Amino acid sequence: MTRAIALHLAVLALLFAAQFILPPYHHTNIARIMVLAVFAMGYNIAFGYTGLLSLGHALFFATGLYATGLGIELWGLPAAPALVLGLLAGGAIAAATGVLALRTGGVSFMIVTLMFAQAGYLTILYFGSYTRGDEGFVIARAARSLGPLDLSSDTPRYFAALILFALGLLANLALVRSRLGRAMVAMRENEERSRMLGYNPFKVKLTALVISGLYAGAAGAAYGVLFGYVGASFAAIQYSIMPLLYVLLGGAGTTLGPFLGALLMFYLIDLSSGVTTAHLFVVGAALLVLVLFAPKGILGWLRDRGAKWLP
Amino acid sequence: MAAIILSARGLSKHYDGIKAVEAVDFDLQAGQIHALIGPNGAGKTTFVSLLSGRIPPSAGRITFDGADITKLPAHERVARGIAYTFQITSIYANLPVFDNVALAIQRKGSRTLRADTMAALARVGLDPMADQIAGTLAYGHQRLLEIAMGLSMDPKLLILDEPTQGLANAEIDAFNTLIRAVTPKTTVLLIEHNMDVVMDLADQITVLNFGETLATGTPAEIRANPAVQSAYLGG
Amino acid sequence: MDFGPYLLLALMEGTVMAAVLALTAVGLSLVFGVMRVVNVAHGEFFMLGAVVAWFVTHYMPGPPALAFAAALVICPLVVGGIAALSDTLILKRLNYDPEATIVATIGLSYIFQQAALTFYGPDARPVEAPFNLRLQLPWFGYSGYKIAVVLAAMLLLLAVWLLMTRTRAGLIMRATQLDRNTARAFGINVDKVYAGVFALGAGLAAVAAVLIVPIQQAHYLMGHDPLLLSFIVVIIGGLGSLRGTLLAAVIIGLSDGVISVFFSPTLAKILATLLVAMVLVFRPQGLFGAKP
Repeated sequence: MTRAIALHLAVLALLFAAQFILPPYHHTNIARIMVLAVFAMGYNIAFGYTGLLSLGHALFFATGLYATGLGIELWGLPAAPALVLGLLAGGAIAAATGVLALRTGGVSFMIVTLMFAQAGYLTILYFGSYTRGDEGFVIARAARSLGPLDLSSDTPRYFAALILFALGLLANLALVRSRLGRAMVAMRENEERSRMLGYNPFKVKLTALVISGLYAGAAGAAYGVLFGYVGASFAAIQYSIMPLLYVLLGGAGTTLGPFLGALLMFYLIDLSSGVTTAHLFVVGAALLVLVLFAPKGILGWLRDRGAKWLP
Repeated sequence: MAAIILSARGLSKHYDGIKAVEAVDFDLQAGQIHALIGPNGAGKTTFVSLLSGRIPPSAGRITFDGADITKLPAHERVARGIAYTFQITSIYANLPVFDNVALAIQRKGSRTLRADTMAALARVGLDPMADQIAGTLAYGHQRLLEIAMGLSMDPKLLILDEPTQGLANAEIDAFNTLIRAVTPKTTVLLIEHNMDVVMDLADQITVLNFGETLATGTPAEIRANPAVQSAYLGG
Repeated sequence: MDFGPYLLLALMEGTVMAAVLALTAVGLSLVFGVMRVVNVAHGEFFMLGAVVAWFVTHYMPGPPALAFAAALVICPLVVGGIAALSDTLILKRLNYDPEATIVATIGLSYIFQQAALTFYGPDARPVEAPFNLRLQLPWFGYSGYKIAVVLAAMLLLLAVWLLMTRTRAGLIMRATQLDRNTARAFGINVDKVYAGVFALGAGLAAVAAVLIVPIQQAHYLMGHDPLLLSFIVVIIGGLGSLRGTLLAAVIIGLSDGVISVFFSPTLAKILATLLVAMVLVFRPQGLFGAKP
C-alpha cells in the first residue's frame, strides 16, 4: 500500500524536477501531456475502472474548454471563475449524457455517447457566430493569468499543469482505494452480482461518469487557459479516441496508465514525425497492436507479472 | 404462530403464453428454514427471482416485512433485507476474496470494514484465503464464498438457490451447521434437490409443480402427502 | 423558382442521396446482422471505393464510360478484398468481441485514411461522369446521370435482396446469423462466411462511392458523413433488419435532402444524431423493428 503512494509521489517529484533538468523544448510538451493525462485519467475512471466504454468524451472535454473560453471571451470572466465554470460544466454535461446513455449498455452505450458527442460538435459549428466554428478563437493573453501568475509564459504554465495533474492523480488514487472505487470495479466485473448485493448500478455508474466528466471538464478548461486556443476540433471524434488510446496503451484500470500512455503516445508521434508524416498510421497501428497483442496495456501487463500492488 | 415475514398472493410469471409460475400464494414464517422443492422446470428459480426482484411478475403482489415490495427494483429489496445467492456461482472472479465480501458489507456503512470482512470470512473458514483471487479458489470454496457474501449482508431473509450443488458430503455438513446457526435471526428460503438436506434442515416445505403450489407443510406432512409422492418423490 | 418546383428539386436530390445511402447502409447492416460487428471503418471503405475509382478512371485509356464501367467492377473487388483481409487478419483473432472489434475498426479507419492521404493526396478530385445527359423539365434541367444513379442503386439493392433470399449463399449467411455454432455444426465454414460478408458489406459501400463520385469528388476524409448517416439509418431501421434499413434510408435520405435545401444542413445533422441517440435509449429495436 505505501509502495503505491511512494511511487505516485516519486512520479510527481520527477515531473517537478523535469522542469529544471529537461531542455526548454520539452516544457510545453510535458505541460500539454499532463493536462491531456488528466483528461485520460477521467476517461480511465469511466472505462478502466467502471467498464463504461465511451466514444464521446470529447464532448466533456470540449464543454469544459468552451465554458471557460466563452466565459472569458463573451462574459469577461477572470481566469479563476472561468476554470471553475469549465470544471462544473464538464460534470454537468456528463450527468446529462449519463442519465440517458446509461439506460443502455455495451455497444449501444458506445454509439449513444458517440452520437451525443457528434451532436455537440455540430452544435459548436452551428453557433459559429459565438464559437467561430472550425477556426476557433484565441483567448487573449491578458485574460490568462491567476493573480500575479501569467499562465501563458512557460514556467507558471508548467507548474499550473503540474498542480492540476497532481491533484487529479492523488484524487484518483484515493478514489480507487475508497469504497466507491471498489463499487465501481464491482460494476465492471459483474453488474448482476452487484445489483444483488444492493447496489443501484445506474447510480454507481452515473457517479463514475460524472467524476469522469469533472476530470475531462477540468482538463478542457485548463487547456484553454494554458494554451490559449479554443476550437471545434477539440470536440471531434479524434478527441474521444485519444484518451481511449492513451488508457489502452498505459493500462486500463491503473492510476498511472493514462499518464504513461499520454507520454509515450505524444513522444511516439513527435519522434516519428522526423521520419514520417503518417500520424494517422501511427495512431491506427497503435490501436490495432494494443487490442490484438496487449489489451491490458503496459501497466496491466506488469501487474499480471508480479506487480500486483499497482493501483 | 410466528409472524409472517414475506407473503406472495397470486404471483404469476408468463413467458409468451408459457406459465412459468401461475397464481402462487405463499407465506414465509419469520425465523424458519423453508425449503422449496419440485421437479426440474417446476418454476422454482423463476419464483425466487420474482421474490428477489430480478424479474418483474406478470401478476400478483409481494409483501415483505409489512410493506408492499412488488414494484421495488432488486437492489432496493436487498437494502430492505432480502439477500439472494445465485444457482450458478456468481462471484467477482477477478477480485480478491476480501473484496468480494467487503463489497457485501460496505454497502451498509460499516465503520470497521476490514475487521468485519475478516470476521465474515472466518465464519465460513475462508479467512486464510482473503488475498487470493476469488476465481482461483476450489469450487467448494467458491460456493462458500457466495454464501458468505449472502450472510455478511446480515439479511432478514436469505434466499439460497441450490446451495449444496456440487459440494462434497463433509462440506454439506458444514453448510447445514452454518445455516442452522443463522436462524432464527435470519429467515432462510432454500431451493434444494438434495432431499437429505431438505429433510434435515427445513421447518416447512413447499412443493412446486408446473408453476403451481402442489402442497405446503412440515417435512413429515410432505412425506405423507400422496399427491407429492406421485408427482415428485417417485411414489 | 416557385416553391413547388423548388420542393421537387429538393425531393429529387433527396432521392439520389437516399439511393446511395441505402446501398452504404445495407452494407453496414449486413455486417452487423450476420457478424454482430459494428464496423466503424465502413465510411473508410466508402472513401476507398471513391479513391480507387479515381485511379481507375484516371489511368484507364479509352472512353470515360468504359473506364467508369471498369471502376464499377474493380472498386468493390479491391475494397472487398481489403475488407476480407482485415477480417481474417484482425477481427477473427479478436473472436469478434464487440468492444475490441470497435477499437480495432477505429484503428483500421485511421490506417485507411493515412493510406489514402499518402498515395492519393489531400486534394479533392473529380471523376468524369460516364455520360452527359441533361433532362429538361419545365422548371429546371436535371442531370440524367443522377437518375441513372438511383436506378443503378435500386438494381443493386434488388440483387442483394435476391442474393439473401433466393440463393444458397444467402441461406448460409442467414443460418450463420441465427446461430453461428449450429451453423458450424452443420458443416458451414463460418470463417469464410464472415470474411465474405465483411467483403460484401465493404463492397456495397465501395460501389455506392463509385456511383456518387462523379457528383461529389473523391477526398480522403469523405468517409465521415456516409458512416454517420449509415449508423443513423441502421439504428433507426432496427439493427440487422434489411427491410427497416431500406425504409429508414429512404426517409433519412429524403428528409436530409429536403431539410438541407430549406434549412441549415448542420441543424439537420444535429437533429438526426440526437434522434438516433434517443432511439437507442428509448426504442432499441429501432423505429420500424418489432418489439422484442
